[in-house]
Amino acid sequence: MKDALIAEFVGFAGHRSDVIEGYLARPISDTPVPSMVLVHHAPGLDPWCKEVVRRFATEGYACLAPHLYHRRGPGNWADVAAAGRAEGLAKSMPNDQVMGDIAGAAAYLRAQPGSNGKVGVIGFCSGGRQTFLAACEVPELDAAVDCWGGSILPQPESEGRPASRGVLHRAGDMSMPLLGIFGNDDSNPDRAEVDEIDRVLTELGKDHTFHRYDGAGHAFFVTDKPVYRLEQALDGWQQVFRFLDRTLKGAD
Amino acid sequence: MCTWLSQQVEASGAARGVADWMRVTAVNVMYDHPVSAPYDHALLLDFINPSQGVGARVGIELSASSARELVRAIEVALASTEAKADLVQQSNH
Repeated sequence: MKDALIAEFVGFAGHRSDVIEGYLARPISDTPVPSMVLVHHAPGLDPWCKEVVRRFATEGYACLAPHLYHRRGPGNWADVAAAGRAEGLAKSMPNDQVMGDIAGAAAYLRAQPGSNGKVGVIGFCSGGRQTFLAACEVPELDAAVDCWGGSILPQPESEGRPASRGVLHRAGDMSMPLLGIFGNDDSNPDRAEVDEIDRVLTELGKDHTFHRYDGAGHAFFVTDKPVYRLEQALDGWQQVFRFLDRTLKGAD
Repeated sequence: MCTWLSQQVEASGAARGVADWMRVTAVNVMYDHPVSAPYDHALLLDFINPSQGVGARVGIELSASSARELVRAIEVALASTEAKADLVQQSNH
């Protein structure tokens, strides 16, 4: 029954079995459904991310978004996220912790009685980079969707931001199909960086498909910000669900 | 003496407050994606007291132009005789 869903906050065992909060939506369904882990963007588990979690449920996917700043709490998600962001990405969302939280979310979803056993991951902005890394480091996932993940390539120190090593060097361990969604007007990742990611994955023989949109920049799916681009977002979502229906539902 | 020096600047952004006065011990300043203000990027100001938990926070998200106007108004306020005197005194502490 499309559009019938249950949405709620749940606790689940994340990295090192820490119980962290997540926002879960699942369709009311008589048949087993695939699942998605949603990796929120840097502002946190905000209203737009929760809206996307519910969107997945309307499309027949259980979806769990871990609150990746949870450990900085307790408190309102916005205050917790603000405290985490002020400490910088490396401290507030270290890679090993995020990978553990994604793996924990996948295990939680797979253990639900309505699961068909397939679990994918999708992430936005910093969550896109974390999704790329999860495709390399969390082999229990079945598919990954990187939406405009920045800093996948090494980044030099600039304007007070520390240099970062990126995650592209981990691509050799990528173990699942990857879909990439990018705006051609984005500055991180810019066109040359997306070209390079594509080149490396192709050279390694990794299953990947990139959709790159003219007239769109960073975060063009985000409906409550000026960067939203209607036509590109509609097509992008269509590509996302086509990919996931194939990889997680077995649809042709 | 009472200065009665006040200015108002037009601003565009969002704010997240608290129920009552709180002691502020630090301010976080970023220019990044806002949570609520309808901009792709904004000046993010968090007036906080970490010893009281993450909820001890007054968060402000301003458009870049609003933030620039605010800076200008703050500079005007700090150019007053009283502020200059206080700045000298506080710099000696």
